[in-house]
Amino acid sequence: MIETWQLTKVFCDRKRGEARAVDGINLRCEPGQIYGLLGANGAGKTTTLRLLATLLKPSSGTISVAGCDAVREPEKIRARIGFLSTGTALYGRLTARETVEYFGRLHAVGEALLQSRIRDVFARLAMSDFENRRCDKLSSGMKQKVSIARTLIHDPPVMIFDEPTLGLDVMTAHTIVQFIRECRQQGKTVIVSTHVMSEAEKLCDRIGIIDRGRLLVDGTLAELRAQSGQTDLEEIFVRVVEGQP
Amino acid sequence: MKGRAIRIVYGKELRDSLRDRRTIISMIVVPVLVMPLLMFGIGAMMIKTVTKARQEIPRVMIIGAEPSSKVLASLNAAKSLQVIPATEDFTNQIVEKKVRAVVKLPPDFDAMLARGDATKVDIYEYAGEMKSGFAAENLNGFFRNLSDATVRERLASRGVPAEVLTPFTIQRQNVAPPAKVAGNALGGILPYFIIILCLTGAMYPALDLTAGEKERGTMETILCCPVGRTELVVGKFLMVLTASLGTVMLSIISMSGTFLIAKRAAAGTLPPEALKLAATIDVGGLVGVFLMLLPVAVMLSAGLLMVGLFSRSFREAQSYCGPLMLVAIIPTMIAMLPGVELNASYALVPLLNVGLVCKEMLAGTWHWHYIALIFGSACVYAAAALAAAVWMFHREEVLFRS
Repeated sequence: MIETWQLTKVFCDRKRGEARAVDGINLRCEPGQIYGLLGANGAGKTTTLRLLATLLKPSSGTISVAGCDAVREPEKIRARIGFLSTGTALYGRLTARETVEYFGRLHAVGEALLQSRIRDVFARLAMSDFENRRCDKLSSGMKQKVSIARTLIHDPPVMIFDEPTLGLDVMTAHTIVQFIRECRQQGKTVIVSTHVMSEAEKLCDRIGIIDRGRLLVDGTLAELRAQSGQTDLEEIFVRVVEGQP
Repeated sequence: MKGRAIRIVYGKELRDSLRDRRTIISMIVVPVLVMPLLMFGIGAMMIKTVTKARQEIPRVMIIGAEPSSKVLASLNAAKSLQVIPATEDFTNQIVEKKVRAVVKLPPDFDAMLARGDATKVDIYEYAGEMKSGFAAENLNGFFRNLSDATVRERLASRGVPAEVLTPFTIQRQNVAPPAKVAGNALGGILPYFIIILCLTGAMYPALDLTAGEKERGTMETILCCPVGRTELVVGKFLMVLTASLGTVMLSIISMSGTFLIAKRAAAGTLPPEALKLAATIDVGGLVGVFLMLLPVAVMLSAGLLMVGLFSRSFREAQSYCGPLMLVAIIPTMIAMLPGVELNASYALVPLLNVGLVCKEMLAGTWHWHYIALIFGSACVYAAAALAAAVWMFHREEVLFRS
């Protein structure tokens, strides 16, 4: 479960002054549910997800992830989440296996369990052919599989995806979408940020539209359609962001 | 702080760095192969050039001498000089290196010598040009011998023994043990050399593990792990320190080996005192120098890590490293200057203090109170630099600076 209350993040910049990247966000995402955070570039999606992943500290408000408080127990939260974004790259000089082993060890997964999980995950993602190849020699699809294996190796109950399909080809993006769905089936709490409306429409159980750091609307797709009187998510998004009724 | 997490991070960074061609080049190839080759090559080239220049018989011109002059005949007969016909534009001839040196004699030089009149010989050379200098030296030697011979003749003609000119001889005697002589000679240069190696060895991994990771996006990946930022930065720091000390050790081993080979090769061409130098270095002093430089390596590694953390990209970090090198080198260079000696105020200046105390230790002088003060202060500076690096790693505006 992910829950935030009045979550705010203010960045101080000498030149630009104070910038409220996240402004009083309240959201709730249940286990077995995919929550989609929709927003244009610079709307505050990445900052929100970084706050949930405890990479950033909130300026005010609270975050609870898998029952842990983000300010008091950031390491416990990081032990219970899998974070995947276009910004989370791989070490090019490590092999696929070494990468997954490294992150498994950092998550304190015992050696026997680690090897058994590597076998399972590599078999599930069909990674055995390239497990001993260095990550800088892998195709983008193979790299995404390694990233997925990295996020799964400690079997986290919460998954956070920041624009997971951005810049990927159709086949690789499809693998990622399938993987996100599998996470829901396994009862994990999943939050995804995206600005691809079709992806959100197909994937998300609940959608929140964020603009200039504020969560403008939040609900299921059916609820959003009922509220706006529109059926197309892109149209709903534009109307919400432009402040139209 | 959890030792297990630090070990995992350090192990990964070590493996990752040892697979990186650029780290291998800066940490192993440059100190082990390139530097000795360069130093040995440059040294061998210098010896060869100087020897060749010494062996060359310089072309000289004699201006103003009468064709029947005895001096001209003696100069023509000298095997160490090649006298060519005089021309009016002799200075241009020197500038254009067609002639290495020119002697200008008064027209009646022989007669003046015979009469016992005071006279003057001018030697023209191109100052700073090696071959011209050697030619001028040869001419100077010729005329000094001629002057001595003339004096002896004049004294003999008056019945005065030549010994009257040297009522006593002067000889300087050295009381310093050979180790101290070697220590004084190497004391300044060795700490300077080691500090430069510490910096160059640490530079690439420090920037790669911080600014490089930010640029490649792996920093965000690692920050998602349930490992404290202190453990992460300490693991990375230990890798940088390993590279720094590894570079120093490999360089010293490689340079010592090169020196021994060069010593054998240069036997006979270098003065024996120079060849004895390395054999008489005080081992205790050397160990002291390495212990003293340990906190310095920690401080420099942590400093470079901070530079890398602060930078947005590897390129930006590299641009900060130039001024940092200067900041590190200047105090060490001051310590090398003759006459700059250890005192209470210098003892607290980072790098300068270590440079000065290393000079003393290699010369066999052990000021224990200064050694304790300097080692203590160097440890404090190193701890402060490491603490600052850890503090920076906790600042999100530094880690996510864009």
